[in-house]
Amino acid sequence: MTMPHLKLVQLSRPTREPKRMIELTIDGRAVSVPEGSTILNACQALGIEVPTLCWLETLTPVNVCRVCVVEVEGARVLAPSCSREVEAGMKVKSRSERVDLTRKLVLEMLASSVDLSTSPGMAEMLAEYGAAPERFGECETVAQPVKVDNDLYVRDYAKCVLCYKCVEACGEDHQNTFAIAVAGRGFHAHISTEFAVDLPESACVYCGNCIAVCPTGALMSKREWELREAGQWDESKQTQTDTVCPFCGVGCTLTLHVQEGEIVKATSPLDNDITVGNLCVKGRFGWRHVQNGRTPSAS
Amino acid sequence: MDVKLLTAEPTADERAAVDARLGPPSSAWDGGLDRTPRDLHLAYGGKSQRDRRHLLLPALQALQERIGWISEGGFGYVCERLSVPPADAWGVATFYMMLATTPRPKRVLHVCDDIACRIKGAKAACDGLRAHHSPPLAHGVVGGHGDARPGTHVTLNEFHGAWTTSPCLGLCDVAPAALYLEAGKAPVERSLGDVTSDAAMGLLGGGAEPADVLAPAPLGDPTKRVAPHDGTHIGSLGERRLLKRVGVADPTSLASYRAHGGYAALDRAFALGPEGVIKELNDAKLLGRGGAAFPIGRKWEAVRTQPERERYIICNADESEPGTFKDRVLLTGDPFAIVEALTIGAYAAGCSKGYVYIRGEYPLGAERIQGAINQARAAGLLGENVAGRGFAFDIEVRRGAGAYICGEETAIFESIEGKRGEPRNKPPFPVQHGLFDKPTIVNNVETLANVLPILVEGGAAAAKIGTAQSAGTRLFCVSGHVGRPGVYELPMGATLGELMTLAGGVAGTGTLQAILLGGAAGAFVRPDELSLKLTHEDTRAAGVTLGSGVVVAFDSSVDMKDVLLRIAQFFRDESCGQCVPCRVGTVRQQESLVRITTGKPLGGVSGELALLDEIGAAMKDGSICGLGQTAYAAIESAIKRLQLVRA
Ligand SMILES: Cc1cc2nc3c(=O)[nH]c(=O)nc-3n(C[C@H](O)[C@H](O)[C@H](O)COP(=O)(O)O)c2cc1C
Ligand code: SF4
Ligand code: SF4
Ligand code: SF4
Ligand code: FES
Ligand code: FES
Repeated sequence: MTMPHLKLVQLSRPTREPKRMIELTIDGRAVSVPEGSTILNACQALGIEVPTLCWLETLTPVNVCRVCVVEVEGARVLAPSCSREVEAGMKVKSRSERVDLTRKLVLEMLASSVDLSTSPGMAEMLAEYGAAPERFGECETVAQPVKVDNDLYVRDYAKCVLCYKCVEACGEDHQNTFAIAVAGRGFHAHISTEFAVDLPESACVYCGNCIAVCPTGALMSKREWELREAGQWDESKQTQTDTVCPFCGVGCTLTLHVQEGEIVKATSPLDNDITVGNLCVKGRFGWRHVQNGRTPSAS
Repeated sequence: MDVKLLTAEPTADERAAVDARLGPPSSAWDGGLDRTPRDLHLAYGGKSQRDRRHLLLPALQALQERIGWISEGGFGYVCERLSVPPADAWGVATFYMMLATTPRPKRVLHVCDDIACRIKGAKAACDGLRAHHSPPLAHGVVGGHGDARPGTHVTLNEFHGAWTTSPCLGLCDVAPAALYLEAGKAPVERSLGDVTSDAAMGLLGGGAEPADVLAPAPLGDPTKRVAPHDGTHIGSLGERRLLKRVGVADPTSLASYRAHGGYAALDRAFALGPEGVIKELNDAKLLGRGGAAFPIGRKWEAVRTQPERERYIICNADESEPGTFKDRVLLTGDPFAIVEALTIGAYAAGCSKGYVYIRGEYPLGAERIQGAINQARAAGLLGENVAGRGFAFDIEVRRGAGAYICGEETAIFESIEGKRGEPRNKPPFPVQHGLFDKPTIVNNVETLANVLPILVEGGAAAAKIGTAQSAGTRLFCVSGHVGRPGVYELPMGATLGELMTLAGGVAGTGTLQAILLGGAAGAFVRPDELSLKLTHEDTRAAGVTLGSGVVVAFDSSVDMKDVLLRIAQFFRDESCGQCVPCRVGTVRQQESLVRITTGKPLGGVSGELALLDEIGAAMKDGSICGLGQTAYAAIESAIKRLQLVRA
């Protein structure tokens, strides 16, 4: 980061000036999208499905996971569709032998080094590309003990694909707290606080906005983690109810996830104009008193 | 942003080291010891303080050099001074291998065990140290899933010093090489050659601080050597254009530089005007020497025509490609040439600030280039009014801290900005969005050195040297089993055999087994390919590359599989870790090679080779930067061109 700055996240708001339209073709189909759009945006406009992992509409693209790569005619290597801006006359292939091979290998590399068991949609993605991570035999992984150092959420970095989303959410893109960052290098790169201090000693304010963007379940509220550990987490028995957070005048939209009469998680919709999926510690974790009389605590 | 700080206090030494680099704190708000009544009423810092973020790496380096490692107290003080969130700064401190975040003794010897040193005795030296001194310091970070934990580090009082293995130190001509570092108020940094385990143990046991193998360079006999070391040679086939002053002019004297033709090119540039300079470079058909062979004229022109006025020019002196040491010879032997060339580039493209980003393992190079900048500034050749021509330009030296990836042009920007050296995805290209998001030129040291003779000779005349598609002369770094390891200047189009002869022919067993051409990101060639012409077009046709001019010769005694494993290790160690194909792919590649070389291939050798090929393809096609894209190149060539592994 250079310096924290306010970023307006453009969701459903109209733009002030109409943007120039750029024409390109994807898989032989012509499409026209506003200047500054990414190839992924253009694919979405055509209803072409492109897998993503490190991309999220509310975060700045970091283009690190490479599952979204596509073939751009004339380019030496594949391009990350999530960050590559469209250019007039571009010819893109969203699927090809090269694209599929790289996507398959990327998925195999992740599945062979990271525990993807709580990563939604991952099994389908692996199947779609015929990924067979066991091909690598016995190999190095990021396996490590889960970090349980506070009452509100756990960090199980054995499940981390290093998508940088939590770092972005905690830092420049949303929270401006900068409690966590990518440390180390190469295969040993990992998410960490300074000197790996426990969260209560770090700058963390327990907003849980990192949990909200984590695509693998590496970051998980303590309650969800406990229920999963006990084998009691069951999404088929959960309902989601939108309400308004009662704690302050901002009035964030809260989605309460309820399983068998118990609130098990609180989130906020990504497409909500006010929260963009974010909450503060009270909204994210302050619902426990509703059901068990305990007051929220951060330590 | 509220910066929550660590509670540990810095020691007086740590404070002094950081303040010496950053200047004293302005108030209690940025780390001052005394709270004045004024401090209670005014908030300082904010944007002006955060704008100093680019000083993060130099401040951390100041702690490392003074204390020998970065403690919580010292680290916290740096964060406070620069208003950088500690977690963010931690990410930076743990990225660079020359920065230690766990305690280390003052003396640390970095022993190179990379390919050129390994075949010249480095393995024996490291084995000796392991057996008779201590295990090497583990690289690694507290809290990660890496293999290093504080407990695995040597205890501090046990030895005077500790040692660690290192990738290529750019001293392959004096192999086996090492870098000696001693932290303190006056830190000592020395490049060492011909390292043995006995000599290393002497140093670590408290022996007198060693002399630098590269200094002082004796002057007067350029045919022999640039340093008082029998292994270091420079030579040429035909006229010397780039090495003309090396070993001849005094690299510490501007007067000597001028007496040997220095600053004639800048005068010529002023006569030609910016567009004229670029025209000469285009006429000379000068291509970049840093590996990507991009035309320099086009790069300079692209920056010259940007609407944005704030522009930068960077000399890429990170030189960390294994086997490469040509830039080192120019930096230590002709540093004023780099200052002059940067000044010409700044004039031509309208840049007001330049940087020399030099790898942290080149202490003498950094000293010489800083000395040259200081003298040029004192003589009015840098500063507000360069040579009285009314344009302002100055140069700052930034030292790397142990990261090959920081030679990648966009990683340099990140590093100078005070961040982890993670390459950016391109486009956008540096000529539009470079350092601090401004238009930026990045050129290799040797590329810049070419600018001077081109302006003096004229572009058209310069283009007559070499071949039609590969103009000019080139520096080759010859090491391994050759009679005279060193740097040789050849007109492009000379053959590999001619270069080998110039370097004294095959040494060791006298029988050549293979040559690594272009570096770890290059390719292997066979002994029957010595007639290969060293040009871009001929190497491309042969499926190899000139890369950064690396030529490592392996005699018949070398275990090539061990060399391949070291190359695989290099890429996994040096991957920045940002993108999946490279972060995991370089590890899977290494594991696959281990299985092949230990006779345990999965699915038979052919199955394993097919798997390796797929890993290689994904790295080449899916990685963000050139590191991942070329991490399979040399290994692939060993399998396919040398047929080292047969299915
Ligand atoms: C991993 C990696 C490391 C690199 N290291 C260096 C280096 O040490 N020195 C260098 O000049 N170029 C290096 N390059 C190439 C630079 O990115 C860039 O192309 C070059 O500095 C441009 O200068 P030139 O046009 O004068 O060659 C490296 C590239 C990659 C991908
Ligand atoms: S909970 Fe909030 S403050 Fe804490 S690490 Fe996550 S995003 Fe950062
Ligand atoms: S913890 Fe989750 S959000 Fe953070 S990098 Fe890992 S996978 Fe991504
Ligand atoms: S290819 Fe490797 S070095 Fe380059 S950005 Fe990706 S992980 Fe980093
Ligand atoms: S989604 Fe595009 S690189 Fe990760
Ligand atoms: S210095 Fe050891 S291989 Fe280059």
